[in-house]
Amino acid sequence: MPVSKETLDEIALSRKEYNLIVQKLGREPTEVELGMFGSLWSEHCGYKHSKALLRLFPTMGKHVLIKPGEENAGVIDIGDGQVVAFKMESHNHPSFIEPYQGAATGVGGIVRDIFTMGIRPIALMNSLRFGPLSDPHNRYLMGGVVGGIAGYGNCLGIADVGGEIYFDECYSNNPLVNALCLGIGRVEDLVKARACGEGNLIMLVGADTGRDGLHGASGLASRTFEEVRELRSAVQVGNPFMEKLLIEACLELARTDWIVGMQDCGAAGLTSAMVEAADKGKSGLDIDVQKVPRREKGMTPYEVMLSESQERMVIIVKKGYEDRVKALFDRWELHSDIIGSVTPDGLATIRDGSQIVASAPVEILNTPPVYRFRPKRPSWLDKLQQLDLAKVKDISPKKAGDVLPKLLASPNICSKHKVYRQYDHQVGNNTVVLPGSDAAVLRIQRTQKAISMVTDGNGRYCYVNPFLGGVIAVAEAARNTACSGARPMAITNCLNFGNPEKNDVIYQLQECIKGMSHACKKLKIPVISGNVSLYNETRGVAIFPTPVVGMVGLIRDVKHHCSAGFKNEGDSVLLLGDSGGGESLGSSEYLELFHGTVRGSQQIDIEMEKRLQACLIKAVERGLLNSAHDCSDGGLAVALAESCILGNTGFKGNLEVTGRLDAALFGEAQSRAVVSVSPRATRRLESLAFKYNIPVTRLGSVGGSRLIIKGYIDLPLNQVHNDWCNGL
Amino acid sequence: MKFGIVVFPGTWSDRDCYYSVHNILGQEAAYVWHKETDLTGHDCVILPGGFSYGDYLRTGAIARFSPVMEAVAEFAGKGKPVIGICNGFQVLCEAHLLPGVLRQNDHLQYRCQWTYLKTENTSTVFTSKCHKGQVLKIPISHYEGRYYADDAVLKELEDNNRVAFRYATPDGEATREANPNGALNNIAGIVNRQGNVLGMMPHPERSCEDILGSADGNIIWESIIASI
Repeated sequence: MPVSKETLDEIALSRKEYNLIVQKLGREPTEVELGMFGSLWSEHCGYKHSKALLRLFPTMGKHVLIKPGEENAGVIDIGDGQVVAFKMESHNHPSFIEPYQGAATGVGGIVRDIFTMGIRPIALMNSLRFGPLSDPHNRYLMGGVVGGIAGYGNCLGIADVGGEIYFDECYSNNPLVNALCLGIGRVEDLVKARACGEGNLIMLVGADTGRDGLHGASGLASRTFEEVRELRSAVQVGNPFMEKLLIEACLELARTDWIVGMQDCGAAGLTSAMVEAADKGKSGLDIDVQKVPRREKGMTPYEVMLSESQERMVIIVKKGYEDRVKALFDRWELHSDIIGSVTPDGLATIRDGSQIVASAPVEILNTPPVYRFRPKRPSWLDKLQQLDLAKVKDISPKKAGDVLPKLLASPNICSKHKVYRQYDHQVGNNTVVLPGSDAAVLRIQRTQKAISMVTDGNGRYCYVNPFLGGVIAVAEAARNTACSGARPMAITNCLNFGNPEKNDVIYQLQECIKGMSHACKKLKIPVISGNVSLYNETRGVAIFPTPVVGMVGLIRDVKHHCSAGFKNEGDSVLLLGDSGGGESLGSSEYLELFHGTVRGSQQIDIEMEKRLQACLIKAVERGLLNSAHDCSDGGLAVALAESCILGNTGFKGNLEVTGRLDAALFGEAQSRAVVSVSPRATRRLESLAFKYNIPVTRLGSVGGSRLIIKGYIDLPLNQVHNDWCNGL
Repeated sequence: MKFGIVVFPGTWSDRDCYYSVHNILGQEAAYVWHKETDLTGHDCVILPGGFSYGDYLRTGAIARFSPVMEAVAEFAGKGKPVIGICNGFQVLCEAHLLPGVLRQNDHLQYRCQWTYLKTENTSTVFTSKCHKGQVLKIPISHYEGRYYADDAVLKELEDNNRVAFRYATPDGEATREANPNGALNNIAGIVNRQGNVLGMMPHPERSCEDILGSADGNIIWESIIASI
């Protein structure tokens, strides 16, 4: 009997896709099979709309050990046998419906991706977007999301070292909640997410299975935001305590030779965990849903296979070792049950006791169609990219002092300490640079090394110019990394976009990916993992295209790292880079806040960017810099103010303004950094900048209790500090 | 000397404590699983921070029934040093080895930040290397850290010099602004009547190296080491 449209809608498969399934199987799928296809062929698991474009990302690098798609997270080699695994993932849809649990389980999921590989998670970051807080619903969403991240993450003992938060009307009723987790371990402890070896046992560990999260992957993540309001039951509920026990038990297990693989149950639950592991191991599997411990009575095989109950792991145990594995989990007071075994037939066989309810080839299940589109450049882009400066009145020198406090207090620029002080950012005894600087820095115990972590992504830039926005997302993350003294090693990303079935959205996705890829290639930074979140739109209006970049850098000697705050009175303050002209006002925070408009494309010279970063890294490694701060949102004046606030000291200096004053102070020209050096080292820095062909300007010196840019700005530090601290 | 570091399901600062007393201070250290009942061979017991049993029901309420807690009480009864940090402090209160309770922070938010602690009592095994009034920079990280006790208990604590540390300004003033959670009398840490059991909300194991922002926590560990 042909399947109904309602059934297909529920699992977000098209009629065409259904027909393809029938054709590949040579028969109609069973109910359970159809549910499994729906999940595995969803965008969330199968990347059917984005896969072709994702291939544009450069993924090679001599230190890359595991590339995107190979395992749960990408892995890089940081020397001495140590490896770093990291990945970022979105939980936008669930967080909109139930902000606390949505964000909490987002953290839970990304943490499992790391320890599944036998790597201890040591750090978290979050990239968040909300609508303006003047709307109480947005405030409720943000409160819930932050509470969920804190409530779940703090319980795990993993340092949450910050990230970024932006606000814009386009994220009203469509918040973005992206979580990044990073782990560190030894290369020999890496565990693969594969099921292989005939007769090896499949064990399910952790929480019991309930009806929560049914259709999370196919239902939620494939729908727009006004459709998901009613889908509250599709949001899972997290138990961080259970997760903590799983972390410790699984890491202990990873150091044994009792298992062949480990995989977490994330989106699409047992279905994707089992099918993906079997596909990687080129095997089949045979499981009996009656052996799956349940949280509630009367669950159907369909529900068991598609439940997204949290805190569950699938372990592929070598035959004969099951008792030892069970004893290990017993010690951690965790359930473990054998639910099936690995077979050589390449079939995913699901039984309900004596009855077979599904038996489909793993390869077909795990090979969703890949769609190609003909992206079309939206006609409105041309207009958006033009900024008629004649219509934007420059500020008078007298007014500059009024603008700066307002910019500092704007939600996109002000301090986010009210958020990150709710996260335990110091557990683990690694955090050297706390949240609030350009990049967080974590030292690696028992070595001289440290790593830097940063997330970045400016939706406004990408909306106005998707390609350059993509370039800038990578360039800025790398600049922040370089400001900490770290060499960029690799990136992960979360691509948050609207409905990909629309031409202009797929154009934005394509151009952003091209832009990011361009920057990655030029800066020689591979992409090692990532995630795509589509259908981010409400009532037909998509969010700004918002690719978020998570970047990890390596510092050879932690003694030579750098942070954004000024350090010593009397230090010279210099600007590295070129402030350009009026075009630097394009899509700036200043332009939106004071002229109510988002338009005009930012520009970037990627070669200059590359030289600037090389210069910054070299200067930190030589111990020249006492502080370094990326000049970004809000421009030079904001960067100077932030370095003052973070260093709890003043600044006094001059600025030679030849063109527009607003652009000189608040323009967001790329490839710039504000640095401070001891007066003795000023010449050495200048000659280094000369060597790298980077313009360098002396701005003034650190000290006093005021922020003074002669002729334009003269504000007491405590006022600047208060405005910045109380913006949220 | 040898530190025994108790591990409950959900404990997480066990590893940080181990790192600090072993790798930084060069002392012997061993993890003590919560089901163990014998603490022979240990010179000091640490109840570390974390979320024992998920802090479900009430912080520390389930952990106090772990088998190891009887041994900890016995160990403390012999006058040997026991230090409870954060969740460990909560467990000690639940186990009645220390008086009072730790309630939710007054602002109803989790708080992770640097705090400055004024050392009030320098005659305990945990503070003997401090000078009177010395201010220690040590971070907190908790949701339930607001020390609370009834007036009689509070008076007893104050009268008998049992407040070890108070939240203060960097200059050592115990002001309301310096109090991160609304704790009564700015209390950050207290000792038992005998002075050999300390409970404190801040994390001394997180402040043992300058690179992490402060090495002031070492003074507490060094005091313990000197006492053995």
